Amino acid sequence: MSKTNFEDNMQNLEQIVTELEKGDLNLEESIIKFEKGIKLSKECNKMLEEAEKKITILLEKDGNLEENNFVAED
Amino acid sequence: MNYEEMAVTVSQLNSYIKDKIADDEYLNNILVKGEISNFKNHYTGHLYFTLKDEKSLIKCIMFKSYAQKLEFMPKDGMKVFAFGGVSVFERDGVYQIYVKAIQEDGVGLLYKKYEELKNKLEKQGYFDEKHKQKIPLMPKTVGVLTSQTGSVIRDIINVSTRRNPNVHIRLLPVPVQGEGAAEKIADGIRIMNEKKLADVLILARGGGSLEDLWPFNEEIVAHSIYSSEIPIVSAIGHETDFTISDFVADLRAPTPSAAAELTVPDIYEIKQRNNTYQNRLRISLLKKVEIMKLRFDKSMSSRIFKEPLRNINDQYLKVDTNIKKLETAVRNKQKQVNEQYIELVSKLDALSPLKTLTRGYSFTEKEGKMVKSINELNVGDKITIKLIDGESNAQII
Repeated sequence: MSKTNFEDNMQNLEQIVTELEKGDLNLEESIIKFEKGIKLSKECNKMLEEAEKKITILLEKDGNLEENNFVAED
Repeated sequence: MNYEEMAVTVSQLNSYIKDKIADDEYLNNILVKGEISNFKNHYTGHLYFTLKDEKSLIKCIMFKSYAQKLEFMPKDGMKVFAFGGVSVFERDGVYQIYVKAIQEDGVGLLYKKYEELKNKLEKQGYFDEKHKQKIPLMPKTVGVLTSQTGSVIRDIINVSTRRNPNVHIRLLPVPVQGEGAAEKIADGIRIMNEKKLADVLILARGGGSLEDLWPFNEEIVAHSIYSSEIPIVSAIGHETDFTISDFVADLRAPTPSAAAELTVPDIYEIKQRNNTYQNRLRISLLKKVEIMKLRFDKSMSSRIFKEPLRNINDQYLKVDTNIKKLETAVRNKQKQVNEQYIELVSKLDALSPLKTLTRGYSFTEKEGKMVKSINELNVGDKITIKLIDGESNAQII
């Protein structure tokens, strides 16, 4: 399981927004921060989209784990 | 018919029933199990309560002389074995158990075990906040350890997919009660960790009695939760049930549905938050540009940019003025010099010997020099006599 850096991205984004909102940066720095922020935000959105719905069940078979789709009974 | 002769009084009936029961050996020495309710510790020292099970209840009284021998104080909800005899209280026409001894049911012992383990683990730091891991904001895969049947897994799936349609739920089915359940649960947590099968784990079970929930009070489960590198959200039993698993887990949820809510973020909310950030970035940058533009405009509206030639013209004017001043100065100087010259010339004119010559005077030169004394002349000297209109050479005789 790859450790998602979604949280880090969100945190960085939050920080950039705050920095930019302070208005202390010069125009060039502001543009760089802006571009970085938008990039992070787009990455976050992409991460939210890329996972696909899966409900699976892990069952032991011959000493190994087997993964199958799972549907909860009503 | 004479009813009066046939009828018995209420007292006689109750007395009769009392005797009937008193004659029954079985009812005189009976062991009953049930749950205590309506418990009252009367100031006389007698204990009044009822014993009940799911369907039925019976009144009980324990007189002071017996109650004094109890090693614990019974309370509502406690499951007990009560020993005594059934008899009728004639005044009220009720039958009840006259209890001589009470022993806690196994559950009471379980409570004791629970308290002991809880204290022990607490001392070992199993419940310390600083050991607790943060639940990831956006888990891709949520591992669930619970029974594969029943409402718990269904609730978790429903709530999770409603909040994030893209979430991956990976169920590792485990028995949640009975013999061997604790070992299976601990194994499940270990497997999930070894194979890194989830970003976060939900350990869940529906409500039940203390015995039902017991696996979640076992040390082996507590240990596996404590050792787990994957954060664990625990939701065991009802909101009012606290198991040891709940204390050790990184986060306790009151119900399985709540566990799903705490674990799976609402994707729409997160998206909105993300969009808000984007908007804030845009607004900030626009504001920055606006400020820069204002500064630029202010600069451009200054005189130097508005009438760039004006300054140069000013300089030209200055140059012109200076040139004029210079010209005047030169002219004045010239005039002054000229006047001096004229004055000198007229002075010179007055002194000029030529003027004298015009009156008929002459002067004598010897070897180009003016002769001013007779002593300068000797006989035979050649001289030149200069007159106003010419000269003539002569010799001294």
